[in-house]
Amino acid sequence: MAGKTFFDKLWDPHVVADLGGGFALLHIDRTLLHDLSGARALEEVEEKGYHLARPDLTFATPDHAVSTRPGRTSETFAPGHKLLVPLRRRSKELGVRLFDLGQDGHGIVHIIGPELGLSLPGLTIVCGDSHTCTHGGVGALAFGVGSSELVHVLATQTLVQRKPKRMRVDFDGAPPPGVTPKDMILHLIGRIGAAGGTGYAVEYAGSAIRALPIEGRLTICNLSIEMGAKMGFVAPDDITYQYVAGRDFAPKGADLDAAMAHWRTLPGDADAVYDVEHRVDMAAVAPQITWGTSPEHVIGVDRPVPDPAAAPDDGRRAAWAAALAYQGLEPGKPIEGTKVDWVFIGSCTNSRISDLRAAAQIARGRRTAAHVTAWVVPGSERVKKQAEAEGLDRVFRDAGFDWREPGCSMCVASNGEIVPPLQRSVSTSNRNFVARQGPRARTHLASPAMAAAAAIKGAIADVRKM
Amino acid sequence: MDKFTRLEGVAAPLMRSNVDTDVVIRIQRLVELPRDELGPYCFESIRYRPDGSENPDFIGNEAAYRGAPILLAADNFGCGSSREGAVWALMGMGVRAVIAPSYGDIFFNNCFQNGLLPVVLPLAEIERLAEETRAAPGNARVTIDLERQVVVSPRGREVRFEIEPKRRHAMLNGLDDIGVTLTHRERIAAWQAKDKTERPWVWLSGAAR
Ligand code: SF4
Repeated sequence: MAGKTFFDKLWDPHVVADLGGGFALLHIDRTLLHDLSGARALEEVEEKGYHLARPDLTFATPDHAVSTRPGRTSETFAPGHKLLVPLRRRSKELGVRLFDLGQDGHGIVHIIGPELGLSLPGLTIVCGDSHTCTHGGVGALAFGVGSSELVHVLATQTLVQRKPKRMRVDFDGAPPPGVTPKDMILHLIGRIGAAGGTGYAVEYAGSAIRALPIEGRLTICNLSIEMGAKMGFVAPDDITYQYVAGRDFAPKGADLDAAMAHWRTLPGDADAVYDVEHRVDMAAVAPQITWGTSPEHVIGVDRPVPDPAAAPDDGRRAAWAAALAYQGLEPGKPIEGTKVDWVFIGSCTNSRISDLRAAAQIARGRRTAAHVTAWVVPGSERVKKQAEAEGLDRVFRDAGFDWREPGCSMCVASNGEIVPPLQRSVSTSNRNFVARQGPRARTHLASPAMAAAAAIKGAIADVRKM
Repeated sequence: MDKFTRLEGVAAPLMRSNVDTDVVIRIQRLVELPRDELGPYCFESIRYRPDGSENPDFIGNEAAYRGAPILLAADNFGCGSSREGAVWALMGMGVRAVIAPSYGDIFFNNCFQNGLLPVVLPLAEIERLAEETRAAPGNARVTIDLERQVVVSPRGREVRFEIEPKRRHAMLNGLDDIGVTLTHRERIAAWQAKDKTERPWVWLSGAAR
């Protein structure tokens, strides 16, 4: 019999009941709530006549609908305040730990999970947010759910799920100059498409993944959903254990020893079988930039804008043409040099300390172009404090960037922070969808270093030339 | 949850791949509005022009397709954000079923939680449905029969579709998932008791609470 994959070793023991037909009742070890749907979900549990099953395994943070203006309070963005007030009240009444604005531990939900050690290897984690796959970077089985499924978890600490198929992606070799984890995952999405991972749980492996610090793995797992995969993960190794040990909610002492012994049994067996396997040769990866309105609309920054006439099928031809019209781009022209109005460095994809360091390295001693508005939004209070301790805030400010408070900000534009209509932004976030950053806003996804380079040049720029 | 058994009506061909849930409903509307007021904002980014008038290029604005209860789409419909508001907005606009070759996983699950049926058919079949529909705009009607698991095309062709028996049963009967799960209450408690001895660290004893 073939060995088990990491995924099977996580999934199978979490099955409380086999419901037949490929469905399982799965135990959920952590539930994370955010301001957009958190209070409503807690209320709905009670309206339906149930009660919160495990407040001790449930955590909340306001991130989506908060202003990130320096000196902000929860009232700065009034519609968000209306969502946060009941979340505060319900959390308090029910015993749910809330990391509130300005407190140590506050930040974007997918930043603080790993940062606080709430997300650990071997755990099942859900949140009412599709980028919950991020937490797979520490070796957790983490995925996003809708509001109804979230209420189900809150009321039962379980979820009815169909077991996905197994995909393995090996990244092999050393990264060429200018290539970051963001470029690795965008390159993969460009190759297999925005639906390439649909129905799969994706394990990232290979020498290039093994060499990555946890923060880079989190970035890669974050974009799993952009290729359709609800969950993506990296099996834990010594880098994981070193990252996890000592964090606030991570096991300590004898508990840590026991946990470690368990975690070491989790990586897949050598003879484990996957339903599909892909391999990426790192030598073939260039710094990436998206040109359209799906993350699969991505090219190396030295490439021309694609022509819809060359699209592989009718659905894509229509989508490419619509994307070019929306983005205001012409096929065949180089994308490098396209004038940029806004730069956003932030989001659960790229707002950790390593991301800010990479961006600061490009910004140091330079000035943003006069016509560009550039924001740096740290992912959490702790990232912000660390960056300030290293003087990165000064580097950014001196270069003409705004240094802001933690939150989702312009990644999602549900907080009053938007890219104005028809303006072009280079963003380190994960979605270039129509109107994602604001009505008629034009988004190009890229790495933190590429975004910083665009801010300096005032145009889409190749970070290798900086 | 609403039951779904059989639906007959006009099918609007929105034959584009990767229609994401951000396009279905903008997040800003979910911050501002309760779920039963989202219908007018469904697809707003492509449904209206910047001045607020209707965009004639949007299929749902054509007289023949206005209020169509069925949407025909290309692959990966509902990809992206987990927002269940996408389902509520579609339902608010009158959509009760989508027919597409594939869906975003989270959106697919969300549909079943609300009684909106996501039918999976091969792209070629959906293109034929679209063709037959366009041949008689406004009059062509598509039927989706969940009991028999068939889609009947405007010209009367029957196409079988697959759906997991468990999901079909829940849709036909409008079942409440949580109630069903809590029939396993004792097994959940037993699983947790065992796990506390095997993985005590998961249960946050002695952690920084
Ligand atoms: S930063 Fe963006 S993608 Fe991440 S949780 Fe916030 S809104 Fe979602």
